[in-house]
Amino acid sequence: MFDLTLAQARDGLRKRDFSARELTDAYLGAIAALNPRLNAYLLVTEAAARAQADAADAALARGEAANLTGIPLAIEDLFCTKGVRTTAGSRILEHFVPPYESTVTANLLRDGAVFLGKANLDEFAMGSSNMTSAFGPVVNPWTRRGDNRPLVPGGSSGGSAAAVAARLALGATATDTGGSIRQPAAFCGITGIKPTYGRCSRWGIVAFASSLDQAGPIARTVEDCAIMLRSMAGFDPKDSTSADLAVPDYQAACHRSVKGLRIGVPKEYRSEGMAPEIEAMWQQGLAWLRDQGAEIVDVSLPHTKYALPAYYIVAPAEASSNLARYDGVRFSSRTDGGDLTELYENSRAAGFGAEVQRRVLIGTYVLSAGYYDAYYIRAQKIRALILKDFTDVFRTVDALVTPTAPSAAFGQGEKMDDPVTMYLNDVFTGPANMSGIPGLSVPAGLDNQGLPLGLQVLGKPFDEETVFAVGAAIERASGFTALPGIRAGAVA
Amino acid sequence: MSYVIEGRTGPWEIVVGLEVHAQVISQSKLFSGAATAFGAEPNSQVSFVDAAFPGMLPVLNREAVAQAVRTGLGLNAHINMVSRFDRKNYFYADLPAGYQISQYEHPIVGAGVIEITLADGSTRQIGVTRLHLEQDAGKSLHDQHPTKSYIDLNRAGVALMEIVSEPDIRSPEEAGAYVRKLRSILRYLGTCDGNMEEGSLRADVNVSVRKHGEPYRTRCEIKNVNSVRFVMQAIEVEALRHIDIWESGGTVQQETRLFDPNRGETRSMRSKEDAHDYRYFPDPDLLPLVLDEAWVAELKAALPELPDAKFARYQQDYGLSAYDAATIIDDMFRARCFDALVARNADPKDSANAILGAFSSKLKDLGIDWPEVLSPDWAHLLEEAAAFLAAKAAGRISNASLNTLLLGMGAEPRGAALEGLIKEREQVSDTSAIEAAVDAMLAANAAKVDDYRAGNVKLFGFFVGQVMKAMAGKGNPGLVNEVLKARLG
Repeated sequence: MFDLTLAQARDGLRKRDFSARELTDAYLGAIAALNPRLNAYLLVTEAAARAQADAADAALARGEAANLTGIPLAIEDLFCTKGVRTTAGSRILEHFVPPYESTVTANLLRDGAVFLGKANLDEFAMGSSNMTSAFGPVVNPWTRRGDNRPLVPGGSSGGSAAAVAARLALGATATDTGGSIRQPAAFCGITGIKPTYGRCSRWGIVAFASSLDQAGPIARTVEDCAIMLRSMAGFDPKDSTSADLAVPDYQAACHRSVKGLRIGVPKEYRSEGMAPEIEAMWQQGLAWLRDQGAEIVDVSLPHTKYALPAYYIVAPAEASSNLARYDGVRFSSRTDGGDLTELYENSRAAGFGAEVQRRVLIGTYVLSAGYYDAYYIRAQKIRALILKDFTDVFRTVDALVTPTAPSAAFGQGEKMDDPVTMYLNDVFTGPANMSGIPGLSVPAGLDNQGLPLGLQVLGKPFDEETVFAVGAAIERASGFTALPGIRAGAVA
Repeated sequence: MSYVIEGRTGPWEIVVGLEVHAQVISQSKLFSGAATAFGAEPNSQVSFVDAAFPGMLPVLNREAVAQAVRTGLGLNAHINMVSRFDRKNYFYADLPAGYQISQYEHPIVGAGVIEITLADGSTRQIGVTRLHLEQDAGKSLHDQHPTKSYIDLNRAGVALMEIVSEPDIRSPEEAGAYVRKLRSILRYLGTCDGNMEEGSLRADVNVSVRKHGEPYRTRCEIKNVNSVRFVMQAIEVEALRHIDIWESGGTVQQETRLFDPNRGETRSMRSKEDAHDYRYFPDPDLLPLVLDEAWVAELKAALPELPDAKFARYQQDYGLSAYDAATIIDDMFRARCFDALVARNADPKDSANAILGAFSSKLKDLGIDWPEVLSPDWAHLLEEAAAFLAAKAAGRISNASLNTLLLGMGAEPRGAALEGLIKEREQVSDTSAIEAAVDAMLAANAAKVDDYRAGNVKLFGFFVGQVMKAMAGKGNPGLVNEVLKARLG
């Protein structure tokens, strides 16, 4: 049963090969067995999941199957879930139980999904390793060949990616502010898409950087992501930045041919010192697309090198303001002090981890009087140039293909000494957030240590369909079937 | 003669600019659906957005935008078709998000002007720099518990218009006139109730002094002054404080101060060094606010008549005196009642006299005010007054009878009985009846008639009174006069 993709499981449910309850029970069993090792889930909502599965079975029996009826999912713990604790991976929200359901998760429930529990993540989605979670790191279900040392699943949506890769869920919600869906998907050998900014409502998702945050699915296949996104996406009047556009049939787009598509290869992504394996996989991916009739075109995105520095101004600036509400006065954990200022200082010092504090300080600094023009305003100008780069190339190409991350998964504790080294994980993914365009990561092969590598497909704003088509073409050609050592249904 | 304060070193001019915070009349808050009624139970009008719960997002209230545009139009100001919301970041317990959403760099309304009228009848133009929309904060209650502060978030997120004047104001009187005029415009527009006691209208007052012809000297800002009187007092005491410092060889420090009306002094709240760094930046949760030309034109077309236009119309079209016109207009509801009478074909001058005289006295007796007169419960007052005014205009009743009838109005509508009341007081204009009454009176007062003819002309009034008395007050006073004059020849 664990070998089924989301699409296959959905077919099985509709044909009544197995019940939603059986499927959910199987996943709950797998979580019970493996989560102590992986720490992918912060909370497992067994009783609610079983009730939802029973309701799904009743709906199936009535012949009222919706898009995701009976499909067990993991929900990243950044999505507020009504009556279910939502921590954002932070000590400061350790006891927060939202009295409301985020729009994205409400959409999934509307379409019949079963929620298994809340997935671990970097604190407030700030990180590329899942090492910053206040509730302990997530372990990547993959290990290097002949080396059992634990690797990171990537981040910030590391719990979501690890849960899907280890088959502790058929899919998961995740968020991507600088690469937090795509990089962990690549590190865990699965697929994830950050749709266009505005495609999924941000209402009810704990904010990191409002102009960059975007929700999306992580799942085993491109088609599974397409099925999930169909339910997650849609206009929401409660989010002023939500796009009032119809949601296309993404699943159908996965079966489109790439013949005649023009695929751009941005030369600026071919950085000095790129690992030869990454370079080789990139070329391989382009060759697969060429074989299927796509035309490969060299293009230039001249402002690429400024994207990451500008990202690390904009994101902390917004975060410093967004996180001001965690002050110990209302819903967040309080550490008392002699006066109001001390209460703030004590609550925030005790409640926020080192990486969050670092970014709040950076953000406060770059917005300060005297520095605002030099940092924030310039970063916004760079942002406009990055968007112009993409707008220009998308006049001549239909999509871009690049590596997702500069390396495969690294070990827990590696890259921890210098935050800037960690920030470089976002070098290929950040520009999509800065410009708002959609980006998908799809596994393309293994490196020589047996770890998965991902390719990124970038598309025009609101043209996720082409992104899915190109991603599915790479997926078909790669025939990627490798599985992690730690997974449900296999004893490692 | 312009206002100056005589110091030891000569005359000082004062320079004042006002930032008025006006609470927008709107069913819901600026960025949430929570209600905005004044005086509700603490924390009963708070949405998750207002309390800044995780993942909550602001959605701009269209009506609040319309109110700001109306106000801008009413101030003859430039409407900015594109404006933007920024975050003003600071920590306080009654500011749940840790930032206030405001319009810092790109306000919805640009430069405008307010004309004020001073006691001597002169007018001055005071420049309006800008108007922007922003959220109000909640309230911290420090007097409910010995060691704790209580927070009420009912006000958190309520829409405010901050209306900033140019530093054009030169006296406490001008400041008072400016606030009153602005309040009157807001009330006529229906965009703010102007109720300063409830905090719907609050002023931050920027004061500095200078010698004539000098550039501006350092100013101080007096926060949250909540009555017109206090605005005027605060300016005076603050200006005197500045003059005292300058004349003692000191330097005024730029700072934020509070006015204490009980002590009649201002005191320091925070100095420039302690000023917050608000770290303004565009709110990424909101798109730029882009107005539609047609929508603005629609709002403009639907604007009510404003005080200045009314003032001109009352004088030009109705021949009212400037004083009467201004007095009626000063209370928007009184002006509406006046307009309602005129709309019922009552004579404007008689209506003005009634509104400022007997009608007004009657309201005091009844314990109601002009707004009630416009309510359905009291609608009959306007109907009855219009009927009496029409009778006066037609020459059926005297002015004295008009006042008597107006003072006779009450809570109960008289309906069909009205015509009978007028009839009772109807004037006799039948010349033969008047001649008979005059002749009878003259015959009964032969001695006085001789006296009159000998030169005691003051007795004329007595004769008129006697005739009127004999005719039970119904004799047409004009005709009585005419006949008497003819007879006394």
